[in-house]
Amino acid sequence: MQTETNTSIENAEKATIEMKSVSRGYGEKWDREEVITNFDLTVNPGELTVLVGPSGCGKTTLVNLIAGFDFPESGEILINGKPITGPGHDRMVVFQETALMPWLTSYQNVVFGPKLRGDLTGQDLKKKATDLLTKVGLSEFMDKYPLQLSGGMQRRCELARAMINDPLLMIMDEPFRGLDAMSRELMQEFFVRLFEDGGRTNLFVTSEIEEAIFLADRLVVLSNRPTSVRKIIDIKLPRPRNFHQLTSSEAFDYKREAMELLHEEALKGFGAAAGESQKAFMESLTKTPS
Amino acid sequence: MADVAQSTNVGTVPVKRSKLMKKLQNKSLWRGVVALVGFVLFWEVCSQKLYMGVDVPWIGKIPPPTEVYDEWKKIFFWPGYWESFYLSTARVFAGFAMAQLIGIPFGLLLAINRYFRDIFFPPFEVLRPIPPLAWVPASIVFWPTTEMSIAFVTFLGAFFTIVINVLGGARNIDVQYLRAAKSMGATQWDLFTKVILPGTLPSIFTGAAVGMGITWEVVLAGEMLSGGGQQGGGGLGFFIWSSYMGGTVAQVIVGMISIGIAGYLSSSFIRYIGVVSMPWRRLF
Repeated sequence: MQTETNTSIENAEKATIEMKSVSRGYGEKWDREEVITNFDLTVNPGELTVLVGPSGCGKTTLVNLIAGFDFPESGEILINGKPITGPGHDRMVVFQETALMPWLTSYQNVVFGPKLRGDLTGQDLKKKATDLLTKVGLSEFMDKYPLQLSGGMQRRCELARAMINDPLLMIMDEPFRGLDAMSRELMQEFFVRLFEDGGRTNLFVTSEIEEAIFLADRLVVLSNRPTSVRKIIDIKLPRPRNFHQLTSSEAFDYKREAMELLHEEALKGFGAAAGESQKAFMESLTKTPS
Repeated sequence: MADVAQSTNVGTVPVKRSKLMKKLQNKSLWRGVVALVGFVLFWEVCSQKLYMGVDVPWIGKIPPPTEVYDEWKKIFFWPGYWESFYLSTARVFAGFAMAQLIGIPFGLLLAINRYFRDIFFPPFEVLRPIPPLAWVPASIVFWPTTEMSIAFVTFLGAFFTIVINVLGGARNIDVQYLRAAKSMGATQWDLFTKVILPGTLPSIFTGAAVGMGITWEVVLAGEMLSGGGQQGGGGLGFFIWSSYMGGTVAQVIVGMISIGIAGYLSSSFIRYIGVVSMPWRRLF
């Protein structure tokens, strides 16, 4: 039953994303800040690539660039060989905080995209939307407004809203942030099943290492600002994934490696600031008359 | 997979009660009733001249509710009173409707178009602090009839509040909604009609509720200043003014309470429309 639904409502096409020496910074000369410099990354088709990096390192900027909400100053981003020129329904973003329209019910939110474009109508649209909402476990909540749903339900509704557009790439920008630990774990499990069934290209951004290792095919550790790829770790835990694998020695090795890298990167950002304040503190000491 | 999802869908079945019962069991309704009754009793007791010839300060100087009620009974069958009610309400709704019709598109344009904002926002901000009553002399000069000048002042009272609310509401729409819609293929027009408009609706109704209140204040002052109508009832503002000049204090109080009731009814009307047109705000 489950697999049958999958083949009927999932699009088999998968995207390759290539980022070639992409740079993006903000501000004029005097308060110029480079967020991303010479960023190179290829997201392989059908893989779940997880970006993990210290907070404030420019992950959301990367998401905005790939989604087409923002543009690189130099370099290029290609989807299946074609440059990205703006937002499009081949790339769907699931945002940090829910971006479901509060004035639409779950069902209305899910059909929003196809209805706008008119590429799916009538019974076909209804069936696809209902199937997807059932798949994410919201069949009884189709007529509820987002504010009537729990945090986990909102994220699942958002997944359904993204999937109905048959994107070549799903971009998840810290989608489970703000959920309590229990819902978060359930959502991770749910999401990894969804990915393993559908197998579409996924780009998942997070700051949680365990979440990253649990989900990823490839784990991309980002450097501190200006952001570049620090290291790519191939996670070779067998699929389907389950939480027991996280306690294996293999997972532990991945975790240690990633943590050490991240710790180094976080220190760079933190250390720079701490060093300066320490210097100022020492200076203030020497200036004080004794 | 589906099991994982459904295990969290534990809902509670709401207990069904009739609407009337629900209303009657509502504690805040009863608090309101008790407060109103208490207020009238307090007024009645304090305004009786029974305290060895000494009045209770302030309240002792006004007629008690019973006297006001007697006065009301007399006025109730005087057509001029109802004409006043009708005239004031008509003026309020005319000015209010015009303010909505012009204010909402104007506020939305200010919010979505930078050039429009650059050009029209500064003069708007200069005119906004001018109290509507300061416009009365000017509007008498502007417009050929008294009726038109009152309507214009009423319009101004609501207009500025409505525009500021619409502008603020539209500018505060989460950029994520716009981005999500754009990703799904929304055109500029789609963004406007399907995201910005519904997203601004709560602010539109806030502006309407506040604007309605201001409209009542302004129309009454306008009526006091501009004089009355032809058939003896020139609006509630004029009614109060003429009662003060030639009638009794009880009559003035009747006028005041009439305004209170009219204002309450009109804002309830706005709130009701708001609740009906924004079902997502009426949760649980």
